[in-house]
Amino acid sequence: MNTLEITVLIGAGAFLAGLLGSLTGLGGGVVIVPLLTLVFGIDFRYAVGASLVSVIATSSGAAVAYVREGFTNVRLGMLLEVATTVGALVGAGLAGWITPSALAVVFGLVLLGSAWFSAQPRPEHVVETPDPLATRLHLDGTYPSLQGEKHYHVQRVPLGFGIMAGAGALSGMLGIGSGALKVLAMDQAMCLPFKVSTTTSNFMIGVTAAASAGIYLARGYVDPGLAMPVVLGVLAGATLGARLLTTTRSAMLRMIFAVVVAVLGVEMIINGLHGRI
Amino acid sequence: MASTAGSEPGLPPTARPGWDDDRIERLLARLLQVGVLLSTLLVLAGGVVFLLHHGGTIPEYSRFAGEPAELSSVAGIIRSALRGDGRGLIQLGLLVLVATPVLRVAGSLVAFVALRDRTYVVLTSVVLLLLASSLAAVVF
Repeated sequence: MNTLEITVLIGAGAFLAGLLGSLTGLGGGVVIVPLLTLVFGIDFRYAVGASLVSVIATSSGAAVAYVREGFTNVRLGMLLEVATTVGALVGAGLAGWITPSALAVVFGLVLLGSAWFSAQPRPEHVVETPDPLATRLHLDGTYPSLQGEKHYHVQRVPLGFGIMAGAGALSGMLGIGSGALKVLAMDQAMCLPFKVSTTTSNFMIGVTAAASAGIYLARGYVDPGLAMPVVLGVLAGATLGARLLTTTRSAMLRMIFAVVVAVLGVEMIINGLHGRI
Repeated sequence: MASTAGSEPGLPPTARPGWDDDRIERLLARLLQVGVLLSTLLVLAGGVVFLLHHGGTIPEYSRFAGEPAELSSVAGIIRSALRGDGRGLIQLGLLVLVATPVLRVAGSLVAFVALRDRTYVVLTSVVLLLLASSLAAVVF
């Protein structure tokens, strides 16, 4: 295949990934690397570099819509960003030392985890009692709901901070947004309402990815010819996805995507173990 | 429109009015939008030039060779973009993209300074320094 043909095909694949990622709420970034490495046989490092910049594009692109809704907890986001950026720098540093085959196995495990996570029921725990540390850091807030303004109290700040450091490390190592892990830390560990955790996570994803992007660029992981169709495709797909479905997410679509993610995870692990990546 | 965290009178006394009132937040989000748009245009323009010149070649994406200095440092990228090189233009667009969240953090820092919220001035500065340390790798 020549450059024009492969660019068109990658652009189409990235578009589909962005569309499905936004429709299902899983994020498209997580399937970009498997798509590029398994389907197109692209080097893992180039794949990770292209994926990472596409993550920034979707995060920054979605910010306007999220701010309009008024759920983002900027203080909490900023506090946790200390953890994610440190994690991202460490992760991106480690990525230079770990072989692509080993990283592919880690990637596969993360994909399996994401698929499993998306199939789990996630109860919303909004807690009535304030937490002393969260209170001291002014992390509590309100969010608009059908019944008017609702208060929420942030819980277990250290645990959330720790999970975020891990999410940042994975993001820096694998070129993904780690959105699933960020949301898990916020709505399950820190007891934030869903709307607040999703939008705050989006706010953080771009900053986390920007932390490793400098290192990736300097190392030559970001190939312009490859990143171009990936960024444009994912951005177009995610934008269309956001237009198509803003309130309800199809459970069926979500399940199909989770299965695809799981299959890709198994493939990544097998290929990594055989040293084919 | 929807009010944001900390801006309601009924809050516990510990919660201060947030800096993140609608106007600042929207301004920052608008900044991100402009950044993404500018970046998209540069990547698109660069992509067209790149494909016109290299569309018929066989790409070498399966073997990692890294990028030359002119595509992995800020000075090199700007030089090749000014030359009208397709790959340089795309890379410049990607640099703009990477800069958007950094600008947003810088905007938050200004807002926290204006509010004299010391804790968050410190935390935001730490985040900004960490981002700068990563971007320093591309600048130097």
